[in-house]
Amino acid sequence: MLKINDLHASIEDNEILRGLSLEVKPGEVHAIMGPNGSGKSTLASVLAGNEDYEVTGGSAELDGKDLLDMGTEDRAREGLFLAFQYPVEIPGVSNINFLRAALKDIREYRNLAPLSASDFLKLVKEKSALVELDGKLTNRSVNEGFSGGEKKRNEIFQMAMLEPKLAILDETDSGLDIDALKVVAHGVNTMRSPERSFIVITHYQRLLDYIVPDFVHVLYKGRIVKSGTKELALELEEKGYDWIKEEVTA
Amino acid sequence: MEVLSATDQKKEAFLKGIAAACETPLSMGATQLREAAMATLESQPVPTTRSEAWKYTRVTRLIGKTWNKGEAQENATEYFVPEVNGWNIVFVNGQFDAAQSTMPDAAGLTVMTMADALKAGKLDAQWGSLTQQQSDWFEALNMAFATDGLYIHLEAKTAIDRPIYLLHLTTGDATAVVSRNFIQVEKGANLTVVQHAVSAEGTSAYVNIVNEHFVADNAQFNFEKIQDEAGEIYHHSTEWAEQTRDSRYDIRSITLQGHWVRNNLNIRVNGENCGTNLYGSYMPNGKEHIDNHTMVDHLIPHCESNEVYKGIVNDKSTAVFNGKVFVRPDAQKTNAFQQNANIVLSDDAEMYSKPELEIYADDVKCSHGSTTGQFDEEAVYYLRARGIGEQSARMLLVQAFVADVMDAISNDALRDYCLNKLQERASA
Ligand SMILES: Nc1ncnc2c1ncn2[C@@H]1O[C@H](COP(=O)(O)OP(=O)(O)OP(=O)(O)O)[C@@H](O)[C@H]1O
Ligand SMILES: [Mg+2]
Repeated sequence: MLKINDLHASIEDNEILRGLSLEVKPGEVHAIMGPNGSGKSTLASVLAGNEDYEVTGGSAELDGKDLLDMGTEDRAREGLFLAFQYPVEIPGVSNINFLRAALKDIREYRNLAPLSASDFLKLVKEKSALVELDGKLTNRSVNEGFSGGEKKRNEIFQMAMLEPKLAILDETDSGLDIDALKVVAHGVNTMRSPERSFIVITHYQRLLDYIVPDFVHVLYKGRIVKSGTKELALELEEKGYDWIKEEVTA
Repeated sequence: MEVLSATDQKKEAFLKGIAAACETPLSMGATQLREAAMATLESQPVPTTRSEAWKYTRVTRLIGKTWNKGEAQENATEYFVPEVNGWNIVFVNGQFDAAQSTMPDAAGLTVMTMADALKAGKLDAQWGSLTQQQSDWFEALNMAFATDGLYIHLEAKTAIDRPIYLLHLTTGDATAVVSRNFIQVEKGANLTVVQHAVSAEGTSAYVNIVNEHFVADNAQFNFEKIQDEAGEIYHHSTEWAEQTRDSRYDIRSITLQGHWVRNNLNIRVNGENCGTNLYGSYMPNGKEHIDNHTMVDHLIPHCESNEVYKGIVNDKSTAVFNGKVFVRPDAQKTNAFQQNANIVLSDDAEMYSKPELEIYADDVKCSHGSTTGQFDEEAVYYLRARGIGEQSARMLLVQAFVADVMDAISNDALRDYCLNKLQERASA
């Protein structure tokens, strides 16, 4: 599904990713943890095609296609989805119109017939129920005046609507109370399938009780410095990152 | 003999040209108005950028040219916005085109040319009473030389739900159009007028249109002004409105294109419990220059005005917004709101925005905001990250930005037309 090899990326001449490699196979869930500023969001942004970042080396492929060569929209159309750590507010653009436009462009790209108005509304109903997103919010402007938790739920709602093959969740759990966390996890778990993969970026092992990962990686100074299974997350929760930092510098 | 300076010579030559182009002005039938207007033209200099009101808008080119009378015929069919479903009234180069017009046949509604109205003695009382309050040079020019225009009178307690759709088509090379409308909506009546100014690519002209609007007690008047002129048109458009108690005056000024546009909108709110809504939008491209000057004058207590102007300024174009709001000492409990928001899309584009609130009453609520910024690139990225193409993403954001102005347009077909045109422009 996703193959990242020796990826280097910088922003304003600061190298943030320094030779990052990662492979995600279909159906797998990978958790990425790591101290603040280690480059987790940078990785997500570079994969999604944020033009603020400059890729200076390495490669990233999605199902054999060179991701780094594509524009942001084409990556999304190929099936990549990023749930943002800080979703932006877009006054005046309604959630619904925005998703209609997105689905239209995505389906066109995949040579699929456009959804009928009624099928689209059915989908909205079904998916907003899945993440228990208030019907009123689907009609409001994108994220405008949403609470932190509503914004995160809206990201998962969008993911459910667009049905990507690879979803990257950047700290979707941060700032959620336990009930909201369960809702978000339920949304993700419902979407798990042998063809769909997830990369879950988080600081908290708590999320991984609900979304159980196949692998856990530690990102530090722009590189994956340790990989393991879900037990690694427990260990990190208990001991923090110092022992890993020591291992790296040793 | 007195020797004229170079600027005076230019002024003389310009006025001579306009006089020749407008051989039989309406003011021939209104001696006092004509004399006052001529006196202003003679005694005052042509405005320059040294005067505050013309600081960013030059008239040099407009004055430096000789303008002529235009042909009276041209097929206007292709210019109408479809499905507005109004009574279409066509003026070609300022001259009424009866063959292409459908005069309204509704009870209580009188529509005729200004020339006919003048002959019928309908203009005696109020004509010119608003424009005379300020001796603006170009308004004086209009009073002195306007050849014709549209007279509309709606009787008290009459509601007309079909709009009067006035199309001003300008053609030719160096054409002068000086035109003047007079609209009176009596007590408790309700009317919508669309004024749509158009011209084809390759046209060059000077167009000066003045409107006088009188909105009586408890009446409602909507004026939809759409400017969509291709070619090299110097378009000078002025509205003077006076409303009295419990009335509502709504005006939209949408400039879809225009080489050089100066809009002056002046509203006297002269009665209690009035509602006044001014909405505007402009999206200059290329080297276009679009200047909106507005003035709301609150004279009486308990009124509310609401002003929203939105601009998207591209390429090497310039836009100017100047919004004056006066709250006179008597006008307690006034609510006056003003917003001017602009997106500047290119480094070479210029936006000059100046709110001017002069408040002489103490128990009022007034607010104003002026913002000029760039496109929200983070929002563009967010939309693209959901699979929306860059072009469509920008369209969505343009639409969102001008939505409050567009939604205010009272006619759906007209609104959709304006929105489409603005989007076309944003993607050009
Ligand atoms: N515009 C910028 N200019 C310079 N440095 C930047 C810029 N944006 C981010 N960085 C730096 O890049 C590094 C990685 O940031 P990133 O957001 O990827 O970290 P993160 O692992 O997601 O952290 P967190 O856990 O706090 O979300 C940080 O040191 C940050 O300060
Ligand atoms: Mg982060």
